[in-house]
Amino acid sequence: MDFTLSPAVLAYRQQVREIIAAHHTPEAEHEQHASGTFNNPALNRALAAAGLIERAVPGLGAGDPIELWVLFNEMEKSGAPLDALAMAVMIAGVVHHVGTPDQRAQVIPAVTSGEALICLGYSEPDAGSDLSALATRAVRDGDQWVINGAKMWTTMAHEARWVILLARTDSSLPRHHGLTMFLVPMDTPGVRVDPVHTMGTERTNATFYDDVRVSDDCVLGEVNGGWRVMGVALSYERGVMGGTNPGVPLLRHTAQWAEDSGRIAEPAVREKLARVAIDNHVAALLTQRSAWIAASGGLPGLEGSMTKVFASEAYQKASRWFQEMAGAEGLLQLQEPGAAADGWIEYDARHSPVTTIYGGTSEINRNNIAERHLGLPRMRR
Amino acid sequence: MELALSPDQTVLAEAFGQFFRRESTSAVVRRAEPLGFDPTLWAALSAMEVWGSDATLSDLCVIAEAAGRWAAPVPFAEHAVASRMLGWPLLVTGEVIGAFAPRISDDRGMWSVVPAGAIADVVLGFDRTEFVGISSPPPMTGPHNHACAPLADRSARIGELTVLGDLASFERASAEWKVLTAAMLVGISVAALEMAVEYVQQRQQFGVPIGSFQAVQHGLADLPGRIDGARLLTHHAASALDEGAPGLCDIANNDITDPHALASMALLFCGETATEATARSLHFHGGYGFAEEYDIQLYYRRARGWALVQGDPALECHSLADRLWPNRLLDALGGG
Repeated sequence: MDFTLSPAVLAYRQQVREIIAAHHTPEAEHEQHASGTFNNPALNRALAAAGLIERAVPGLGAGDPIELWVLFNEMEKSGAPLDALAMAVMIAGVVHHVGTPDQRAQVIPAVTSGEALICLGYSEPDAGSDLSALATRAVRDGDQWVINGAKMWTTMAHEARWVILLARTDSSLPRHHGLTMFLVPMDTPGVRVDPVHTMGTERTNATFYDDVRVSDDCVLGEVNGGWRVMGVALSYERGVMGGTNPGVPLLRHTAQWAEDSGRIAEPAVREKLARVAIDNHVAALLTQRSAWIAASGGLPGLEGSMTKVFASEAYQKASRWFQEMAGAEGLLQLQEPGAAADGWIEYDARHSPVTTIYGGTSEINRNNIAERHLGLPRMRR
Repeated sequence: MELALSPDQTVLAEAFGQFFRRESTSAVVRRAEPLGFDPTLWAALSAMEVWGSDATLSDLCVIAEAAGRWAAPVPFAEHAVASRMLGWPLLVTGEVIGAFAPRISDDRGMWSVVPAGAIADVVLGFDRTEFVGISSPPPMTGPHNHACAPLADRSARIGELTVLGDLASFERASAEWKVLTAAMLVGISVAALEMAVEYVQQRQQFGVPIGSFQAVQHGLADLPGRIDGARLLTHHAASALDEGAPGLCDIANNDITDPHALASMALLFCGETATEATARSLHFHGGYGFAEEYDIQLYYRRARGWALVQGDPALECHSLADRLWPNRLLDALGGG
C-alpha cells in the first residue's frame, strides 16, 4: 500500500493550510461560539478566491475526490467550522449532476464563490432515521407547487440562500417513490425559520413551510424522483467531507494543556493521550481509504458508515476520558480563567454527543453494515 | 496513493491463504498444543522460501495475516525478525529457528517468557547495552500458557554470542516484530468475525437465525471497520519501515509517519481489535463458544497471548507517548 500524497495534492493541502491559518483566527472562533453560527464567511471566501472550492465540487471539480477530502479534512483538523460549506459544496455537486442548466448557472457559481450556503430540508419533527415517513407535502396548483410542512435540524437555514427540501408529491405511490426534491429559495414567501439552540452551542433551526408556492424550475431532478436525488447527495458525501476526525483538535488542545500543567508527566495521562492518538490515526486512515475508493471509481458508502461509527464513538470516548482527567477544571468553559485546555475539553464534552446522531445514527449505520456488508439476514427487531 | 494490496501481494495473500487453510487446519493447531509448534507445518512453510531477503516487511505482513487467520502454530513474527537481522542461510531455510525477545533482559541476564523461546536455536534481544543474538539449545518445552504458544525463559548470556548492534538497531527489530505480530492479530480478528457471521446465520433460536437479531447484528457491525483500520495501520507502519525515512510525529496536523510510532500504534490497536473481535465472536457462539470443541476459543486465547508477551499495553502506550511528545515530557520532568 502507498499512503503518500502526490506533490500536486501536497501543494493543494499546503495552500489550504495557509488560508485556514490566516482566516481561522481566535476572533473568528470567538464570534462562532458567541453567535452559535458555526460558519466563517471570510474563510469560505478566501478558499473560493484561490479557486479551491471550485476544484473540490463533487463530480465537477478537477480535484474531486482527493482534494475534496483534503479540503474538509484540513478544516476539521484545524477546528475551523466546515459543515455549512460542506453542505453547500455537496449540494452544488448534486445540482451539477441532476439540475437544469438554469439551476446550475444559479447555484454553482454562488457556492464556488464562497457566497451562498444551502441547507438540508430532510428530517422532520416525526421523521428522522425513518425519513421515508416524511409528511411535508407539495401539491400541484396550475403550473405551481404548493408546499406545506415542517423540517427539523435545518442547520444554517438562517444564513442559507436555498434549502433543498424533500416533500411528498404522490401519496398513492410506495413511500420512497412519491417524494420529490425541491430547491427552494429561502426568501420565498411562507418560509419561516425558528432557532433551535443546542447543548453544543451551535444553533440549528426548525423551518416551517406554509403555502409556499414555487414553480417547476424549483424541482431538482425528476418529479417523484426525490429519493434518488437524496441518494446522489449521500453518495457525494461518501464519508470524505468531514466529520470523521473531530478528535484531532481535541487531542491537540488537551496535549497542550497536559504540557502546560505538567500533567503529561503522569503515566495515566500519557496512556490516554497515546490511545486517542491511535484512534485519530486510524480514523484518518479509514477516511483516506474512502477518498481512495471514490478516486478509484467506487462508492464507499459502507466504508463511510464504518468510518463514521468508529470515529464518532472514539471521539466521544476521548472527550469523556479527557474531561475526567481534567477534573474540576475540565468543567470550566471557554473564556473562563483556569479552564482546562482553555475550555476546549468542556466544549468537546458538550459537542461530542451529537456526532453519533447526525448524518446517520450509529444504529442506522450498523444496520447497513450488518445487512449489506456482513450479509446477515434482514433484521428481526 | 494506493490503499489496496499490490498485484504481487494479492497473489501472496491468495497463495498463503490457501496454504495455511490446507496445512494449518483446526486439527493441526489442536495437535500442536500445548507447545504450539508443528515441525511439519514449519518445514512446509519454510520450503515456500518466505524467509529470503527480498520480501519487504509489507509483503511479510500479508503472509503474517494469513498465518494469523489460521492460528498457525509457527513462530512467524519472531523468526522473520531473526532471519532478517542475521541473514544466516540456515535461518533462511528454516533449519535453524530464531526467536525475538521483545522485553530487555533482567538483572540475572535472563529474557523471560520469550515468544518462540521454547523452540528457537537462536534468540535475539537486548542485554545490558547491546542488541545480541544468543545461540543455545532450545528446551523444546515451556510453561503451559494462555495461547499455547512456545514460550520459555532464555539466557541472554549463556551460549554463542553474536553482537547485532546498539539500542537503535534493537528498536528497529522491535518495530518489525510489532508490525508482524500486529498483522497476525489482524488475521485473528478476520477469523473471529468470519466464524461469528457463519455461526449466527446457522444457529436458530425462537425460530429464526440469531443473526437476524439487532443486538447480535450491531455487536458484529462494529468489527469490520476496526479490522480494516487495523490492517491499514499495520500496512502504514510496514511501508514506513520499508521506506526507512525518519517520518513525522505531527500531532497538531494528525500527520504521523514515524515508523516506530506507527509500529507501536499497530501492535496496540491490532491487539485491542483482536481481543474485542474474539470476545464478541465467542459470546455470540453462546455456550458452544466456551466449549473446547469450537474453534473460536483457539483464537480467543491467541488474541491475548500473541499481543501480551511484550507486556502491559499501557506501558507500550507510555513509550508511544514519549515518542509523540518527546520534548514535552522532558520539560515537564525538568520543571517538576
